[in-house]
Amino acid sequence: MSSDWPLWEVFVRAKGGLAHRHVGSVHAPDAELALRHARDTYTRRLEGVSLWVVPSAEIVASDPDEAGELFEPAESKIYRHPTFYDIPDEVKHI
Amino acid sequence: MLPLACHRVVNRHDLNLATGGATSVSMYTTELQKTAKIENLEDSKLLEEFEARVAADDFIEPKDWMPEAYRRTLTRQISQHAHSEIVGMLPEGNWITRAPSLRRKAILLAKVQDEAGHGLYLYCAAETLGTSREQMIEALHSGKAKYSTIFNYPTLTWADIGAIGWLVDGAAIMNQVPLQRTSYGPYARAMVRVCKEESFHQRQGYEIMIALANGTAEQKRMAQDALNRWWWPSLMMFGPPDADSPNTAQSMRWRIKRETNDELRQKFVDITVPQAEFLGLTVPDSDLRWNDEKGGYDFGEVDWEEFYAVVRGEGPVAKERMKARRDAWDNGAWVREAAQAHEAKRRQRKAA
Repeated sequence: MSSDWPLWEVFVRAKGGLAHRHVGSVHAPDAELALRHARDTYTRRLEGVSLWVVPSAEIVASDPDEAGELFEPAESKIYRHPTFYDIPDEVKHI
Repeated sequence: MLPLACHRVVNRHDLNLATGGATSVSMYTTELQKTAKIENLEDSKLLEEFEARVAADDFIEPKDWMPEAYRRTLTRQISQHAHSEIVGMLPEGNWITRAPSLRRKAILLAKVQDEAGHGLYLYCAAETLGTSREQMIEALHSGKAKYSTIFNYPTLTWADIGAIGWLVDGAAIMNQVPLQRTSYGPYARAMVRVCKEESFHQRQGYEIMIALANGTAEQKRMAQDALNRWWWPSLMMFGPPDADSPNTAQSMRWRIKRETNDELRQKFVDITVPQAEFLGLTVPDSDLRWNDEKGGYDFGEVDWEEFYAVVRGEGPVAKERMKARRDAWDNGAWVREAAQAHEAKRRQRKAA
């Protein structure tokens, strides 16, 4: 059993108007220190205006082995895309 | 799917970080035990798909299927790279209290802090392959895992801080830029961050060299002395000649390595020699000559005996470096434990 501090995933909002983006992870004993470590590790050069830390163990991820079946429907339903439809050129603003 | 930098499947494979003999060593990642062979037991269809993805410059992510040899080689390479960043703080840390001005001191502090950050990015990337941080650190402290030979040389004068930034970080950049396109996603992403930050390291070093080279006769002598001592160890950072690096082909195929040791070394010499000339300093190599035909410099043979001796742990300050790391780890134990105990208590109170 590892006695490493728990792992936290770090998300940074680069600036107002943008979503938080995953940048990496840190080990920390608690949420407060996770934030501090994330700040020292990932924002030494004005990389962000806001930080999220999430216990890595709390993240549920899809299985890459099932990616094919999981995302396949998006591929076959091309009518979900606007370019699927034929609209005469003379029709504007559509 | 969330692009997890570190996933939770730890200890799935108890990876041995460095067993076997030294056959090939390169850069920040002293590549020992490069006898990685693909197991026949593995599903040949999965293997075929994997090879095709990598050949197409697709990225492999932590939970994707990968051959065990790929996992093992990468774990060793990334963790050794991380160890190098961490041990690499020591030679420079040696001069923080003695930097010649407040400006230099602030810069050096920031640089050393960056090295710590780089180590942390890399440990995280390595952890995604299933080895815990603690296992990696134990491997370093027990001497099982290696780190770049360059950090086993002492920093005797302030000029060494200039030479390290200029040459050692310069060589590191040369190696790390192509690794931004390495096939393993977390490693590539860590390299992107590292490369963004590394340029300042090299420039501050060169600026120190400029100041000394244009200073008093004594300062210029100091700069030349630092170049004399750091030149050859810097060339060694790229690892042994390609002929003695038998697994380069597999690492290139797997996009773990993107250029060979000799290619990178040549590039480094070609861009660094004019920088030395600008400083009015002499590169300590009597065989160094411009070769018009190949459009690059010819240069003398690296002393590979010295290199292998340092790999074996016989570097001038190897013992001192390891002692410093172990002491830091042991002396910090109470802090790690106290933080854990504090959090455990807080949880208990919350539950009550």
